[in-house]
Amino acid sequence: MVVSKDEIMEIRASDHVVLVRQAVRKWSTELGFGLVDQTKIITAASELARNTLDYGGGGTVRLEAVESGGRRGLRLIFEDQGPGIVDLEKALTDGYTTGKGMGMGLSGSKRLVNEFDIVSRVGEGTRVTITRWK
Amino acid sequence: MSDNGKGLSEVLSKHEADLQADWIKEQTAGSARRTGAIKEVELRDQCKEFLGLVIEALQGGGDLDVRGPRWNPVRDLLANLSRSRGLQGFTPSETASFVFSLKKPLFARIRRDLSKDGEAMAEATLAATVLLDGLGLYTTEVHQKAREEIIARQQQEMLELSTPVVTLWEGILALPMIGTLDSARTQVVMESLLQKIVDTASSIAIIDITGVPTVDTLTAQHLLKTVTAARLMGAECIISGIRPQIAQTIVHLGVDLGDVTTKASLADALAVALERTGRAVRRVRAGS
Amino acid sequence: MERIPILRMGGFLLVTIQVDMHDRLVTTLQDELTTMIAQTGAHGVLIDISSLDMVDSFIGRMIGDIAGMSRVLDAETVVVGMRPAVAITLVELGLSLAGVRTALDVEKGMGLLRAATRRRLAEADDGGVER
Repeated sequence: MVVSKDEIMEIRASDHVVLVRQAVRKWSTELGFGLVDQTKIITAASELARNTLDYGGGGTVRLEAVESGGRRGLRLIFEDQGPGIVDLEKALTDGYTTGKGMGMGLSGSKRLVNEFDIVSRVGEGTRVTITRWK
Repeated sequence: MSDNGKGLSEVLSKHEADLQADWIKEQTAGSARRTGAIKEVELRDQCKEFLGLVIEALQGGGDLDVRGPRWNPVRDLLANLSRSRGLQGFTPSETASFVFSLKKPLFARIRRDLSKDGEAMAEATLAATVLLDGLGLYTTEVHQKAREEIIARQQQEMLELSTPVVTLWEGILALPMIGTLDSARTQVVMESLLQKIVDTASSIAIIDITGVPTVDTLTAQHLLKTVTAARLMGAECIISGIRPQIAQTIVHLGVDLGDVTTKASLADALAVALERTGRAVRRVRAGS
Repeated sequence: MERIPILRMGGFLLVTIQVDMHDRLVTTLQDELTTMIAQTGAHGVLIDISSLDMVDSFIGRMIGDIAGMSRVLDAETVVVGMRPAVAITLVELGLSLAGVRTALDVEKGMGLLRAATRRRLAEADDGGVER
């Protein structure tokens, strides 16, 4: 997989979630995503950015325009140094929530992208990587 | 294999000009009916460039693996040639013959130059065979890939054509689905139906699956998602034309259609749609 | 400060969401909307989301909350104008906005609310309640 372009954005406040959404919209448009695909990755980014903020106590997102086997895609890596997730399996279950969301954040975003990976260590932080191919 | 490449490389460099002439003759004679399709000049340029690039690739170590990075320029040339010939309607063998027709003149030169050294001749011949076969197969591969791309594009076009959304009445849409519903197709259908709902401000859409032979779990789920999405937008879907086998399959698969309105026929569905939009059909005189 | 305007249309309130929502904006909107329902005695709230190019669970929850608050204040909520791509994504995300009514556009939403109001009045008549 080749990364042709990348950028790191801070997620420290509610306004930053909006900025992340706008950046993802811009990048997915540039990559030539269809309207539905664009909407899916923007929505997933919004969910995950909010998770980073609400549960991770803030962090960063790295945007990457990637290419692999002739396909182009957008990869987003959300990272925080928060408390981490104790029970990953449970966190990925529909309707499970510890905060003010609807418990669809993680499990829902997973359905909106082609690739989903989550690494979390209690006391150290969480990293979620998602990719949506064109 | 490095020595093989060396012998071959020497023969090629030495006879580059007359090899090219013989090779062109070979090609114009071999496919006489095609001579008009590719102009002589163009062919000469292609042959010249090809020989030059092959000699270049063979220099400094005789790596005969045509997939290697050393052969990138040669492969690029062949890919372009193959694509353009493919578009002009050449068959794969006609396209590959560009490479294969080089064998005869090349083997003749190898025989003449190396006849005194039997081993060197065998090695150079083997090298030439390995090389040209590899490149010849590559052109066929590109040719086929180009055709596959055309087929894929046509499939996409067919997909878009085969899902017409029609207006049955003001505010009532119908989507008559025909053929097997796979995941990709259902998704296209779903999107075009929802868009049409917005465009026409229709509050009821009838999805008629009379022409659908079978329904699998994934398709049933896609249909359900369409209904749910339409509902979020403020429109209602009715599924009609569910054949007995499909009704059985849906239940066996454990798919819950929930509170989706289903009707046996499109006519029944239209009647429901009219009623829900505050209309009724009335007979005005005795029909035949 | 950024605000989302709330318009009065007949006996109903119309909220058009045009900007990217963040926490503060949502809180302000909910405050102002509930106050206005109480002040005007409106029986219906229309939330026009035709400008939104995405609805995530945060906005989904906001809409659900507004519907819940309005219901307590005896007003019905109709969400209008959700775009197809947004609806498809929302379904995939797993949200169905249960308990919230929807309509294609503001006009159809108003129609729904009027019909609901008529029903309500008719029921009141049937029940023999004096007005």
